[in-house]
Amino acid sequence: MADQRDTSTPSNVPTTAPTTAPTGATPAPSKVRALVFVPPDLRRGVPAQVRTTLGHPMESGQRRDAMGQAVPQDIVREFEARFDGQLLLAVSLYPAISANPYLAFWLQLDGPATLTLDWRGDHGFAHRETRQLVPV
Amino acid sequence: MPRLLPLAVMLAISAVAGLALAQFGPQAEPAPRRSGLSFMSPALQALQTDDTQNPAMLAVQDGAQLWQQVEGPAGKACVSCHGSAERSMRGVAARYPAIVAPLGPVNLAGRINQCRQQFQGAAAWPAEHPKALALAAYVGLQSRGLPVAPPPGAAMAALQAQGQALWQQRLGQLNLACSQCHDGLAGQRLAGALIPQGHATGYPIYRLEWQGLGSLQRRLQACMTGVRAQPFDADAPEWLALEAWLAQRAAGMAVETPAVRP
Repeated sequence: MADQRDTSTPSNVPTTAPTTAPTGATPAPSKVRALVFVPPDLRRGVPAQVRTTLGHPMESGQRRDAMGQAVPQDIVREFEARFDGQLLLAVSLYPAISANPYLAFWLQLDGPATLTLDWRGDHGFAHRETRQLVPV
Repeated sequence: MPRLLPLAVMLAISAVAGLALAQFGPQAEPAPRRSGLSFMSPALQALQTDDTQNPAMLAVQDGAQLWQQVEGPAGKACVSCHGSAERSMRGVAARYPAIVAPLGPVNLAGRINQCRQQFQGAAAWPAEHPKALALAAYVGLQSRGLPVAPPPGAAMAALQAQGQALWQQRLGQLNLACSQCHDGLAGQRLAGALIPQGHATGYPIYRLEWQGLGSLQRRLQACMTGVRAQPFDADAPEWLALEAWLAQRAAGMAVETPAVRP
């Protein structure tokens, strides 16, 4: 739950996020895939919707494969959005959420900021996307 | 038997045919063609038409990377020969299935596999391989909005006719033909599910039931098991005949790849 979380930057999150290519650049090939959409026309003080889709099977643990063996549970447990390291949004995800979870949220900027998106889940799953946001 | 039937006999035949048609649906006139997209809820439509929501765009992103990626001993990527997919692949997916010498009929996935084997020296991807679907979705996306344009020719016409015969063939324990639902009862419901007209304009599709991308053949298989029929073998020529007929049936409709369906 968001209100029970420590909103300070945890030790494993660098306070200065790595500089990455701006929105829309093709990320390096990796097994984990995510789509992050930030409106290109960000304006100071005007709310904008960020949309994210994470490529993940969200295996519920309830299914059996063709041989009748239980398919082990494999879900994304939490999602965090940070603004220059400060917690903006924290979401808990559960097994009933479908594959490739889509999460969208609104933000309003007063100046340039680094948006860091973190997904964490079962079997050590972790994926991070960062975007430099520069409102005009 | 005379070469031309008397007018009275012709009228009698058409009246009987009309009665037979009337059994399948309320209207004897064929309904105007509608994409499956138009039967869906506004939320689902947005999931397809808004690229920032469409989950199939994950696969498209993979496909764009595969386009650039060298595969096989020949040291070539798709881009080495074809250049930019935005230009070279525009309208290509709209023309498949097609008859390609020396293979005979192939769909887009088959054509990609032929390219892999012949020019890259790479192994063919098996059916429903995520990479095959991703590349087909990426290539298909380049034709989005263009009309489905099956190639002309007598061999294609024969293939389409074979597919049409299969479309009208009753199958399985439920003894249902594709046409009985998708021509005769489109817009009505089969249990909770809305029956679309069955225009295959958006493949490969992201199907919510699959929680992933799948080919037209996978969709047809699901329909066949639905009527309690034994699906054709994976490499049976019937699949391509059906695909060819569906392309002809949807000729002129806009390509929607990658579509989202429930």
